[in-house]
Order: sequence, then structure tokens, then C-alpha cells
Amino acid sequence: MAYEEPVKDYDKIVENCTCAFCGSNCDDLDILVKDNHVAGVRHACRLGASKIMEDEDQRLLVPMVRDENGELVEVDWDTALDKAAELIAGSIRPVFYGWSETSIEAMKPGLELTELVGAVIDNQATICHGPTVQAVQNVGYPLMTLGEVKNRADMLVYTGSNPMNAHPRHLSRYTTYPKGFFRRRGRFDRTLVTWDPKFSDTAKLSDIWVPFEENGDYGFCNAIRAVLKGKELKQDVISGIPKEDIYELTEKMKNTKFGALFFGLGLTHTLSKQRNIDIAIQLVQDLNKYTKWVLLPMRGHFNVNGFNIFMSYEMGFPYGVDFSRGYPRYMIGETTTIDLLNRRECDVFMVIAADPGAHFPGGALAHLANIPVIQIDIHWGPSTEMADVVLPGTFIGVETAGTSYRMDSVPLYMKKAIDPPETCREDEWIVNELLQRVKNIKEASK
Amino acid sequence: MEYILKNGIVYDPVNEINGEKKDVMFRDGKIVNSVSDSAKILDVTDKLVMPAGVDVHCHLAGPKLCVGRLYRPEDERKGVKPKTDITRAETGFSIPSCPATGYRFSRMGYGTVVEAAVPPLEAKHTHEEIIAIPNIDIPPLTLFGNNWFVMQFAKEGNIEDLAAFVSAWLKITKGYGVKIVNPCGSEAWGWGGNVHGIDDPAPYWDVTAREVIRALAQANEMLGLPHSIHVHPNDLGHPGNFPTTINTIDCMKDIKKNSEYRNQTIHLTHAQFHCYEGTSWRDVTSGAQPVADYINKNDHVTMDLGAVTLDETTTMTADGPMEYDLYELTGLKWANKDIELETASGLVPFIYSGRNPVHSLQWAIGLELALMVENPWQVALTTDSPNAGPFIRYPRVISWLMSNKRRMEMMDNKEVHGWAAKKSALATLDREYDFYDIATITRAAPSKIYGFEDRGNLSVGSLADIAVYDLEPNNFDPTVNAAAVENAFSNALYTIKDGEILVKDGEVVKVVSSNHVHTEVQGFEDQEKRILEQIMPMFNKYYTVKFENYIVHDHYAEPSTVYKVNASK
Repeated sequence: MAYEEPVKDYDKIVENCTCAFCGSNCDDLDILVKDNHVAGVRHACRLGASKIMEDEDQRLLVPMVRDENGELVEVDWDTALDKAAELIAGSIRPVFYGWSETSIEAMKPGLELTELVGAVIDNQATICHGPTVQAVQNVGYPLMTLGEVKNRADMLVYTGSNPMNAHPRHLSRYTTYPKGFFRRRGRFDRTLVTWDPKFSDTAKLSDIWVPFEENGDYGFCNAIRAVLKGKELKQDVISGIPKEDIYELTEKMKNTKFGALFFGLGLTHTLSKQRNIDIAIQLVQDLNKYTKWVLLPMRGHFNVNGFNIFMSYEMGFPYGVDFSRGYPRYMIGETTTIDLLNRRECDVFMVIAADPGAHFPGGALAHLANIPVIQIDIHWGPSTEMADVVLPGTFIGVETAGTSYRMDSVPLYMKKAIDPPETCREDEWIVNELLQRVKNIKEASK
Repeated sequence: MEYILKNGIVYDPVNEINGEKKDVMFRDGKIVNSVSDSAKILDVTDKLVMPAGVDVHCHLAGPKLCVGRLYRPEDERKGVKPKTDITRAETGFSIPSCPATGYRFSRMGYGTVVEAAVPPLEAKHTHEEIIAIPNIDIPPLTLFGNNWFVMQFAKEGNIEDLAAFVSAWLKITKGYGVKIVNPCGSEAWGWGGNVHGIDDPAPYWDVTAREVIRALAQANEMLGLPHSIHVHPNDLGHPGNFPTTINTIDCMKDIKKNSEYRNQTIHLTHAQFHCYEGTSWRDVTSGAQPVADYINKNDHVTMDLGAVTLDETTTMTADGPMEYDLYELTGLKWANKDIELETASGLVPFIYSGRNPVHSLQWAIGLELALMVENPWQVALTTDSPNAGPFIRYPRVISWLMSNKRRMEMMDNKEVHGWAAKKSALATLDREYDFYDIATITRAAPSKIYGFEDRGNLSVGSLADIAVYDLEPNNFDPTVNAAAVENAFSNALYTIKDGEILVKDGEVVKVVSSNHVHTEVQGFEDQEKRILEQIMPMFNKYYTVKFENYIVHDHYAEPSTVYKVNASK
């Protein structure tokens, strides 16, 4: 990594901004502002800094509507909003997907619009930590806030996740390196363990690396539970790990003072899916018979957890909520986005602050290509290529203030540091406009 | 807008009005003693009129609730109601969605409901939920009992600094009063432990529940807060816990009250869970008598019931270790949520059943307490919703309190297990509450306990928060008509909030925003500033959020009702 001169040319510093990248929601960023542009960011990791600094790259700046030739052409706001409202008002089975990279304030009118037209509202949990939510509903949810780990934990286990790449400040700010109240020597007072088939960057830093086989997660957790319950392991090698190692690790886990397990999509999306999480949660519950253990899913987007919380308190269900019958329904596999697309049920798709074009399976995308798609976003991406109406939003946490929920459900009010580009509008404003315009269309047709 | 509620039978214990036929008049949201000729007349001839209900202790908004909703879709699928032109869709039974919570309280004639436990770090979340709950005013209580700063001040016996801290933190969290849950025990849960009794010190901090409770009470009285400390004592739900309960309230005896309106210096919450005698669930019996005897002899304590309603529900409390015990007992899915430097919490679904001996005994104890404590001004009706049962069951508890016949019937017909009669004194208690008593424990006493002079009564100048029920007290015998009582209290004829008709004939006809009700201490600013400077190094080092992002910004608490407290008085 080449040496970079520190940024010295700036007008002001906006302190304690919250990072709008991953679920760590670091709230200690100092944004250096010059001429209403971000000149530099202090304290952020490379992921967060690059998102905040290079925001102008491929930025969507004006509303666009796709013309008869299939080209996106620039239009004024009224035209674009009317077109989008018309599509929504005329649809039978609309799906409003995304929301994980926008604020709670934008979700509110979004939900109102959903209730008005009887749409399905869903977020990225449907393709990432959905199995986690299912498992939580099966067996429980022993959580903590990250400060508990910082102050107390002497053993940390990361599995199915690689925070050094995906949540780069997780170890340094919350779990492993900081000097906590009861862990005054920071890293030296803690044992870091990684369970992962790959020798990931996190594994490289760990005191113990357990490279179980791919899809070996369930068997491995099961073996530890068996040992905890005093059973003898009958096989010499389980999920690729010698049984002596499992006995030794179990003993270590039992004899910590405070342990924390963090898991990511490596667990939710391998062979046993939500059953992996079931057994991980049960393992933590069992360990509490001996000492204190907690766990936390490593949520990806900065407000993916926020959407699940928002929907739970507003309507009682976390994601994939269908209002077509006038009351909320939540049935995984039936009211979830991918299934609706695969069954070709959806006839208008609105995506806000997400990029299904980059992440959805081919079958779902094939249907998306055939139906009208409305996009509310700040960057040009694969989804823009499929969109029929493009509405350029603003960057929460940099250009617009708003509420988000960290992966451990701590709510944060994200400040704004600069003004948004003049031609863009806040997500909340856009969704509200759509709501009003759809209301007007519905009124007129009565 | 002016209104006259005409010819109702009014029960207003604060003004000692006991079933008088009279008119209630209100204008612009307040009760008045005269209105002009153009006032709109609401004819409620011979119907039961009371101030709107005030609930002293309910879990209805905040992070715990949300974990519950997220992990119990099976509960959310109960109680589903489609949207109407006025109301949004409803979901949930024990942990209803926010809109459903507001509508249901409103339908029961309630106007003010206290959210009983707010962890300061996640107070924004509670206020976000209050924004989503319509039609009721919500004062949140802020959790202090296991806060590291509090434990440190209590250990040093530094009451003035503690008072400054409490005053600052109530402003930061936009809270109404001081809640204490299993003091020192939830901190011990940080290491998977618990404390037992009030003299068992918290690990490391080496401070006892007795010291923490006394220190917080002294700070509370130094500030002259409208509510006393609100205490969930140690050993909740453990057989043999009643001495801990008595010790907890007794350790407050010498503390001087600094509030004109309320009488108590300690409020004992969900007392039912704290009145067990015995050594295990096999030999457990009711411990209600000694606790009630103590309360009857001492007026520095008030309590709410935490009455068991025999439903499937969701338990949730900041008493983290208790929830793990419950998980070990039932094996049902356990959720936990520890909050850095502040508290713990946990959830477990629970299925109370009349066939179960212990649950039946718990049911009996909740009612026993209400019937044994002689002065209804020391009692408030709660189910610690949703812990002992969901709040929509309040009318059922009312019907039990009003009818000895119904209680005996339940014991005779085996609707509850034989333990209810055998291990408690319920079968020997023939006291029956009348409408005046019910108005006291659901309106007057709660508002007095909280120092609300402007609600829970129909005095001129008070908020026009009024409930009318479809019962004619002069032509109706509640002692033999339990089902009719329950039905009437479940579906108010009118619920009026701030002078607006929100419910008519049991249906929500208008939806308004809820007020965030909080206190603001004045005259303590210098001390607050000094204490904030003093604790900031520790705050910055051990919290994972910046102080600037920790506080609840004003826009999270709008609209609000602020009770200003003069600390220098």
C-alpha cells in the first residue's frame, strides 16, 4: 500500500458521522468537507471510506424514463414520478424491494404506499440473513450489544464470515482489539477463533483456526453440543476435524468467562441453511449452562437490520410481508421476493437502495427483465440497466440525515455532512411523492 | 369544540365522586365546569363514566418488544385484523404491532400507558415505536438499576452526583422516571450469574441491591421527581422470594418523600411474581399474606398486581438471569439482549394454563394481593403485560375482582387447578371490588402514583381523557355478570382523549399521534454539566457509540408532554 499524504485542504470537519456501509455502523467518522464535497474521511475502513469518497463515481443525477427504443432518457421530476406512480397504481401484484441502505424515515412512507396498494414489501434479508431469522423463530435469539463483547469477552468465534474483509473495523472497534473494562489489555486478554474452511484473512489473525469441511458446519456444531452434553464422539474425524481437537475446543469454550459467536452468510447459505443457525444458537444456549455466551449475526448493509426492526414494530413481521389481502401476511417461500419473481407473479417491481440486478438468481432476473422496474438509487448499476423509471436519491449519512439500526440493534441517528446534488431528491421525499401521486390516481378513479 | 357528556353515572375517586349522575363538560381538550349553548351533547344517560384509564406498568414499545415480534410470528398471526378506512391492519396477541397496541388500549378506554423499561442506549428505538403507536400518551421509564455509573455512585454513597446523573439521563433518554430491575442481578448476568436477596453484592462492583435501591430513591427524592422509584425486586419468580420483597420495600422506610402529590417512596411492580413461599416449585405456596400485611401497615409503598390471566404469552424483562431460568424450566425458545454498561434482558414464550398447578397458584396470588391489600389507593391493576398476560385481558381481571361468584366457579369447575384453592387463601376471600374501587385501581391510584395531577381524574382543568362504558351501574350487578363486565370494559362506548372522540361503540373512529410524556428537571443544570464532564472519559472508553449519537434527539419525541420538575424546591 503506497503512502498517501494526509488531506490538509478542507473547509470544515463534520465529526461523529455514522458510516453508511456495513452493519458495523461505526459512528466515529470525521468527514472533511471542501466546497460541499467530501475531501477526506478519517477513522473509516477502506470500504467505508471508498463508498463515502468515491460517491460521485457513476452517480445517478437526473430522473430517467425508458423510451420506446429502450433507451433511458433524461426527464424532469414530475414526468418520472407520474410515470412511476401510474405503474404502481395500475399494478396487480407490486413488489417493493430493497430499503436496507436507506433510512427508517424513508421506509415509513414506503410502508404506507405498500398498505395503500396492497403490495409486498421485502428487503435484502430475503437473500442474506433470512435463514437466520427463520432459525431465530425456531429456537431463540441470545444477543447482546457489541459493547458487552468489548468490555467482557475473552473468547470470540467467527464462523461463516470474514470480518477482516467484509466488516473491517469489527475486530478493531468492537470485539478483539479494543481495551475493554474487564479486558484492559485488549487483544492479549482474548482468544480469537475462526471456524472456516478457508484460511481467510480473519483466520490468519486468529489464535485458533478450525478448518472444517465445506458444508461441515452442522456436523461440527452438533459434535460440540454432544461433547457438552457429556456424550462420547464415535467417529475419529468429524466434518474434517479430529475428535481430540473438538474435545479440546469444547473444554476451552466451557472455561471462558464470556464468549461471543459471530456468524455470517457462510452459515446461512451452505447445505443445511437455517438448520446451521438453529444448531449454532442451541450451542450457545447450551454453553450458558456453564458460562456466559452470546451470539450475533454479521449483518451486511448498514440498515438491513433496521428494516426488519421497522417492519416488526409496524406490522409484526420482519420481511417478505404481503398486504394484498388488506392485512399483513408473512410466509417464507410464498411472500418472499425471489419466489414471487420465480413464479412470475409480480407485475411491477420497485427497488430502492438495493441492486437486485447484481445479486438475484437468473430466473428471477429473467422475469424482472419482462416487467416494469422502478429504481430509486444513487448509483448506476446492473439494476439501472433493467429499470424503466430511474429516480436519483441522496446518500444517507453523508448528504441526508436519518435513522439506522446497527447489527446489534443499537439505533443511531446518522448525520449529514454535505448538501446533496441539486438535481437529486431525498429517498423520503421521493417515496412520499409516489405515495401522494398514487393516492391521487386512486381518488380520481373512484 | 365543546361537549357535554350528559347524565352519565360518574366514578371519579380523586374528587370522591362515587356513582353520581352528572354531566361532564369539556372544551379544547380540557375539562371545564360550564360550556356554551352550542356545545355538542353526547347522551350517555345512566352509563358508566370514568376518567380514561392509566396503566402504571406495561411493556409496549422498545427493543425487547421488537425481538419478541421478530421471533414469534406464531403470536403475530393471532389477532390479525384487516385495515379499515380509519385504522391500519392489526397483528399480534401478546406482542401486538404498534398500531394494534394503540387501537386496543383505546378500545378499552385507556388514555395513558407507561412503558416500563427503556435501556438508555436504545431509547431512540422506544421513541420510534411510540411514534408508531397511536391514541395513547406514553411515559417511558428509564432503566437505572444495573447501570455502571449508578453502581459506582451508590457504592461511594454519592447521592448528589447520582441525582445529577439521573437528571441528565432522564433528559438524554426523554424518560419519565426511574426504573430498577433486579438491581445488581442483571449486571451479574453479564457473567452468567445472578444475585440472591438484597444483600448479595454484584460481582466486581461490590455493591448490593439494598445500596443501589436506597441511593436511587434518595436521588429520586432529591430531585423531587413526580414518580417514586419503580422497583422490580431481586429473585423474581423464585419460590421463597417473599422475604426479599419485604426487605426491598422495608429498606425504604426511613427515606423522606419529596413530592406533594404522591404518597409512596417506592412502587413495587408486578407484585404477584414476588410473593411465593416455599423452597421449590413442588412445595411452593402463596406468600401474598405477609406482603399484603406489610403494605397494609405502611403507606410508603404502592404496588401493581402483575395478575396472571392464563393465556399463552411472551415473557420479557430486563431481568436477564430470570429469563434463562425460565428457559431451563420450559425449554421454549430463549432470547436474550444484554446492553453494554446498562442492563440485561431476556424473552421466553410462556403458556399459562389453568391445568397447571403452579400457573393456577400464580393466578390466585395475583387476585389475592388485590383483595388482601385494604387500601385500593395502594393498588394498580396490571398484568405486567405481556408477562403475566396480554393487556387486552385487563377487563377479565376486573371481572374477577368484581365477582366472588366467578372466582369460586373457576375453582369449583376446575377451570383452574386445585392448587389455586389449596395453596392460597383466595377461596376464603369474599371481598368484591365495586366500580368505585375499579376506577381507583385503574385510574385514580395510577395517576397519583405517577404524580399526574392532570389525568386520572375529572377535575376542572384536567385533560379531557374520559371513558364511557356500556353498563348501567344502577341496573346491573357485576358480582353475577362477569362476562358482561369483561365485554363492557373491552369495548368502550366512548373513549375521549384530549377532548377528541377516538372510540365509539367499541370501534376506533379517529387516530391521533401519541404524546411522549417525559420529565425535565430544572435547577440542576450545573451539577449535570459537571457530572457529564466527570464521566465522559469512561463513557468514551467503554461505550461503542459516541455521546453525540447516544442521546435521543428532540425529533424522536414529538409530539411531547413535558413535566417540568423544580429540583430546588
